[in-house]
Amino acid sequence: MNTIKLKKGLDILISGAADKKNVGEIISQEIGIVPDYYEGIVPKVAVKEGDEVQIGSPIFYDKSHPELKIVSPVCGKVKEVARGERRKLLYILIERNGSKTQVEMPAIDFNSGREAIHAAILASGFGSLIRQRPYDVIANPTMMPKSIFVSAFDTAPLAPDYGYTLQGKEKELQAGLTALSKIAKVYYNVCKATPTSLQNMENVEVTAFEGAHPAGNAGVQINHLDPVNKGEIVWTMNVQDVVMMGNYILTGKLDMRKTIAVVGPKVSTPSYVTTITGSYISDIDEGKLIKDENIRVINGNPLTGIKAEEKSFLSPFAGQITVIAEGDHADELLGWAMPRFNKFSNTNLFFTKIQKMLCPKKQYEFDARICGGERAFIMSGEYDRVFPMDIMPEQLVKAMIAKNLDKMEQLGAYEVAPEDFALCEFVCTSKIETQRIVREALNYMRKELE
Amino acid sequence: MKFLKNIVDKVEPTFSEGGKLSMFHSVFDGFKTFLFVPNETSKRGSHIHDVTDSKRTMIMVVIAVIPALLFGMWNVGYQHFIAIGQEATFWTEFAFGLLALLPTIIVSYLVGLGIEFTVAQFKGHEIQEGFLVSGILIPMILPIDTPLWMVALATAFAVIFAKEVFGGTGYNIFNVALIARAFLFFAYPTAMSGDRVWVRTRDAFWWAAGDKVDGFTGATPLGQVATSSAGYTGITDTMGNDITFMDAFIGWIPGSVGETSTIAILIGAAILLITRVASWKTMLSVFVGGALTAILFNIFGSESNAVAQMPWYMHLVLGGFAFGAVFMATDPVTSARTETGKWIYGFLIGVVAIVIRVLNPGYPEGMMLAILFMNIFGCLIDYYVVQANINKRLKRVKK
Repeated sequence: MNTIKLKKGLDILISGAADKKNVGEIISQEIGIVPDYYEGIVPKVAVKEGDEVQIGSPIFYDKSHPELKIVSPVCGKVKEVARGERRKLLYILIERNGSKTQVEMPAIDFNSGREAIHAAILASGFGSLIRQRPYDVIANPTMMPKSIFVSAFDTAPLAPDYGYTLQGKEKELQAGLTALSKIAKVYYNVCKATPTSLQNMENVEVTAFEGAHPAGNAGVQINHLDPVNKGEIVWTMNVQDVVMMGNYILTGKLDMRKTIAVVGPKVSTPSYVTTITGSYISDIDEGKLIKDENIRVINGNPLTGIKAEEKSFLSPFAGQITVIAEGDHADELLGWAMPRFNKFSNTNLFFTKIQKMLCPKKQYEFDARICGGERAFIMSGEYDRVFPMDIMPEQLVKAMIAKNLDKMEQLGAYEVAPEDFALCEFVCTSKIETQRIVREALNYMRKELE
Repeated sequence: MKFLKNIVDKVEPTFSEGGKLSMFHSVFDGFKTFLFVPNETSKRGSHIHDVTDSKRTMIMVVIAVIPALLFGMWNVGYQHFIAIGQEATFWTEFAFGLLALLPTIIVSYLVGLGIEFTVAQFKGHEIQEGFLVSGILIPMILPIDTPLWMVALATAFAVIFAKEVFGGTGYNIFNVALIARAFLFFAYPTAMSGDRVWVRTRDAFWWAAGDKVDGFTGATPLGQVATSSAGYTGITDTMGNDITFMDAFIGWIPGSVGETSTIAILIGAAILLITRVASWKTMLSVFVGGALTAILFNIFGSESNAVAQMPWYMHLVLGGFAFGAVFMATDPVTSARTETGKWIYGFLIGVVAIVIRVLNPGYPEGMMLAILFMNIFGCLIDYYVVQANINKRLKRVKK
């Protein structure tokens, strides 16, 4: 097994990591499927209000690729097809009836050949959980990848420990990986903490990554192992979704339950919960919040997640729910001059570095404040220190701001996703919204070039 | 703190849109964010942020120049009392320097911040912190006797034409403080060079006036060497005593206010490097470039060219070399921004500064022009470094 050591990156020391215990299963009575969570899809609804749906019934599909569908994870009745301004599809609400009947779907057979396996993956709804580079969107079903990346670990702040959540699911994982390996070469990436049983996978190339966040990001791994060139496609799939698919391969049952972490400084007992994509976040975190000040619930991790509103549904790509203080009443005096001992910074302008040296386990206070005003780029080399890819992050972001397609292409825009820039956004002295810039630029590129 | 917050909250509506003083909104906002870290929370993207911001960064640079500033103030007084032949205590000297320099600092900040505030208000932007640094650098790189109206004019010119027309802090091509100096250098050469401007011989606020003593010459070390016609024969202070390397390193020699003391500048350098505000690559490579070029001139330079024959280590401690290397070359906005680029950029600043000193008899000091010249080339250097990354990617495709 190859080991790749990354020097750049940053582990954000935030409190509230999950204890290794699962507090049970929480599945909302109503499940909401949100098209916006599936980046790059133009949704076309397949159901009407009042329709009965079973597990695996298509709920909506991609307008230009009808074979790419999002299926119902539960059995029940369509309660609402909610639309917003200009009839934009907001969500489809399914009321569960508790039964577990499943529509007929083709089995994923290892010996049926590349095309058939791909078709079966799409038919069973797993196509909507595969993302592609370039553009970091749900994989285009008409284009085959040159390789597929699965990361067995997540380095984001307070991320779930897959070594714990996937314990005992080695067989399912292996089945899922084998299915993917029939489509393209699979790179399966592990870290030191990954249990041996999860490291020894077959039919895949296993590589170990060492280093701080974003070592667990697919983007970083792709850049080091099999970078995306113009015209090439690489798929990425979350390891938990691979296990789900493996379970379907082995049992024929579509069981979309997954284990997520409920974490953060404002969670009373951070732990794991078994749930289903589309459950109400308010159901999942009920009774677990510390509400001594305004809090912010995040659908995902604190760097890349989506701010959860009162009635938000769990995103299919969120492995955790994070709760932090909002901080909108912090009123911190003379921030530019004060020592600010318990604040976290990657610069050496505070005592963080010394504190980190003295007690490496110390955790810092975080809230949702931006902690400064937006400026033009001032400091140089800042992004570089947290961006372990052979790409010049600042120059690429500037090309993206300028919407210069040639420069974006030349500087490696095909290889990146907004999440790869999350740490850049975190450390930015000028408080530039890097992830938004990258997302908009990738969408623009896709529109112009695809 | 609660008390302050109450005041701010109370007057905020007056300055907000629709309020009586809404035309001063940017100014109010500037003061508010100066008092309190903004409570604004993230709406999209990352939910948590590093606590650093541009205010903290800029303040750190101001802190870093303080040792050189304090030394410069004392040195102004020290040189003054030597020139008028009076004994004075350390504190008297310092007080004199403080009084002599204070008006320049105030004028620089008033004019610069005034323009910044006006432009920010006009554009509806937040006030940017860049001038906090430029405003203290300008008095430090001027001769002490620069008339205040010149300081005001130069500051206004630099802020408007070197910064605001490009879009403000972060967009400027040239170092703002150096443009102020360059403006005066070319517009009023008599006030910026020669033997009479470097030591204050007149009073400060009607205090400590005196007459120049016999034998006083106000030439800076570099000025003396540049005008020497008999090769390098050493340098002297204002009273004709020899100046050693240590003298120049400590800095009790005539020169622009902040530039003379290499040791004080190095303390600032340490602050900038420990806090990682400045790039050690740029800083080091300026010194390396300057030292190597000076050594080459020492070996191969003409015998009659005094500057070429001046020992290479003297080049590094005299004039604005150290000050420029530490505080000007490392300006992240006008410097090269790629890591490889910083090596080349810094190195060439060192080279060009010494080349100007040695080969151009008209300019005893080359640091200002070297940095401004390389400000232009910073982008070009970056262009080639970025191109190398692009070519690597293209090669990958061909394989």
